[in-house]
Amino acid sequence: MPSDLVIRLRQNFPFVTALVLFCAIFALYQVEHPRGFSSAVLVQNGDEVFALAMVAMAQTVPVLAAGLDLSVGALMTMVGCCASYLLSGAPEGTPLAVELAGLHLNLGTLPGGIIGIVLGMIICLAVGTLAGLFNGVIVVYGRIQPIIATLATGAIYIGIALFLRPQPGGKIDDDLNWALTNALSDFASTVHIFDDGAAPWFAPFAWIPTSFVLLALIALLVWVPFRRSITGRTVYAIGSAEGAAYMSGLNINRAKIAAFTLGGFFAACGGLFLAIQTSSGNADLPQAGTYTLNSIAAVVIGGTSLLGGTGGAIGSIFGALILRVISFFFRIYDIAPLLQPLFEGIILLAAVSIGALRVLRVKNTLELFR
Amino acid sequence: MSTIPARLTLPRDDRPILIAALFIVAILIAGTAYTWERFGSAPLISPTYLLQQLQIGAFLGIVAAGMMLVILISQIDLSTPWTLTAAAMMATTVGGPEAIPVGLSVGLAVGIVNGLGVAYLRVPSMIFTLGVNAVMRGLMVAHTGGFAPQTTATSLMRTLAAERSFGIPNALFVWLAVSAAVVIILQRMALGRYIYAIGNKEAAAYLSGVNTRGVTVVCFALCGLTAGIAGVLLAGYSQKAYQGMGDAYLLPSIAAVVIGGTNILGGRGRYLGTLVGVILIVLLNSVLSIMEMPEAGRQVIYGGVIILMLLVYGRGERVTS
Repeated sequence: MPSDLVIRLRQNFPFVTALVLFCAIFALYQVEHPRGFSSAVLVQNGDEVFALAMVAMAQTVPVLAAGLDLSVGALMTMVGCCASYLLSGAPEGTPLAVELAGLHLNLGTLPGGIIGIVLGMIICLAVGTLAGLFNGVIVVYGRIQPIIATLATGAIYIGIALFLRPQPGGKIDDDLNWALTNALSDFASTVHIFDDGAAPWFAPFAWIPTSFVLLALIALLVWVPFRRSITGRTVYAIGSAEGAAYMSGLNINRAKIAAFTLGGFFAACGGLFLAIQTSSGNADLPQAGTYTLNSIAAVVIGGTSLLGGTGGAIGSIFGALILRVISFFFRIYDIAPLLQPLFEGIILLAAVSIGALRVLRVKNTLELFR
Repeated sequence: MSTIPARLTLPRDDRPILIAALFIVAILIAGTAYTWERFGSAPLISPTYLLQQLQIGAFLGIVAAGMMLVILISQIDLSTPWTLTAAAMMATTVGGPEAIPVGLSVGLAVGIVNGLGVAYLRVPSMIFTLGVNAVMRGLMVAHTGGFAPQTTATSLMRTLAAERSFGIPNALFVWLAVSAAVVIILQRMALGRYIYAIGNKEAAAYLSGVNTRGVTVVCFALCGLTAGIAGVLLAGYSQKAYQGMGDAYLLPSIAAVVIGGTNILGGRGRYLGTLVGVILIVLLNSVLSIMEMPEAGRQVIYGGVIILMLLVYGRGERVTS
């Protein structure tokens, strides 16, 4: 009789593999790095991984419901472009006006200072969440396949992003940028809490990068409660067998819409952070595409099945971390930049092919067709 | 339901084609009304202009033909952009009489790799072809050194892609040949039956004795081949190969196939629909560029049209039914 722990490990085998793989390569990276295990290196890593991790989480939720969201990168870009207007932190406030086809819409003024910044962040997240909701409504009530519906909505979001920022630009409040893209001590000293970060009890945590804390907070406060809710379980049930979920009396429409909406929220978090980190908004079409495709890769590496039903967003975070750490290695091993895309591709192919080795254990060929 | 005489209702697969065709007419009328109002001319309905648009559409049409075969077996090929680019770059690098065979073999080889990975390793095609795309990109970046390659297309490639015989662009003849091949495969060959069968239910096709893995490899190989053909032609058209030349073909080709009524989950769809879908996308693009629509508006309209068309006829069935 295998113990409870063994059963749990077996059920979460892909996730555990991703976790172990990440720990191994991250430890190797820190050992090899000339300034490894320092707060500065961690801060840099955290900043570079945050947006991809959020987009990967965004991709996970629809994938669990056996869908796919090809609009996450575009959604992230659109929110980033919004943020580049709303988070300038100008003391006199930001006037909100839209010029559309000769029509001049005045939407009032966003107050300046800290209130304005918080309001602006809330608006950005709301925009992304609404876009996710739109995806969900189209998929559920339009009854269009998620992959093609989000392909189309992705084009719309990129269009809006281009409308907002035909050229890269905009401005993000400097303090906000500093507070969120550094270690916790810098966050505390910027927002003046814990004696500006000098409180004695705070010292053991001061080195932790703010981005990691944000990532953990979003995962623990948003994803974990969602997963435990009835709606969250319904998302898993839909991925396993939609017909059975329906026959069991679960509200599958609500769960699907919730999955896309939550995906929109996660992607919005990523876009917001990317804008804050780069202090600008950029409607970069290729970048949006790369983020979407990398998000799928991160989801798969993190142990979520593209067929739906198994996996989770925490695994996708580690999938994103693995993808990013691999590219960090190129810097320390001084691999010619020209060969880097090749290595990235080969590693991605190898990672997904190793996961495919289970076909060798399948005894009944019919089990392959699902 | 089955009591309705077949003559009175359109076959299920023909409805999308008819609606898409009507939409093309609507685009032409709207575009012509706009140009008449603004410039006092109607270039959209002149044969010269239409032929020119079709010539540009031929590249998309060839890619979409291969993409359709893969979508019909409920897979997808995301490696098209760099397969196309790799074929074009290798063809121009080799040059001489071998240029075209080399380009096509590159496409075919990548397609076979895709097919083997999907059929035998059972990696989801979406992720495997994505990886292959990244590898091809890496190979080409390493090959060209990251700069625009200095090679040029051979004269035969130029003739095929950019010149005309009997007043009709040669690229259209290539598109016609590819289309004929696909139609023959789908309508007149056992392979076509197998493709539809796999798209409907792979397990059932397997139990009926179909070599489902072999058919999968063939479909991906053909999709790679069409990407290779498009790459060689596109290099001939623009006289050279360049980075990112295939990026503009992936999503439009999927959209063309789906707008044409092919089910994205496979198993259903007619080639005529794909043809109509390609023409629709090409004309929509050209009307938008005549209207001097900025990129932002184009993307929004593009996405809106796909959603609209699918809302009209591409809706799936309820889980409850």
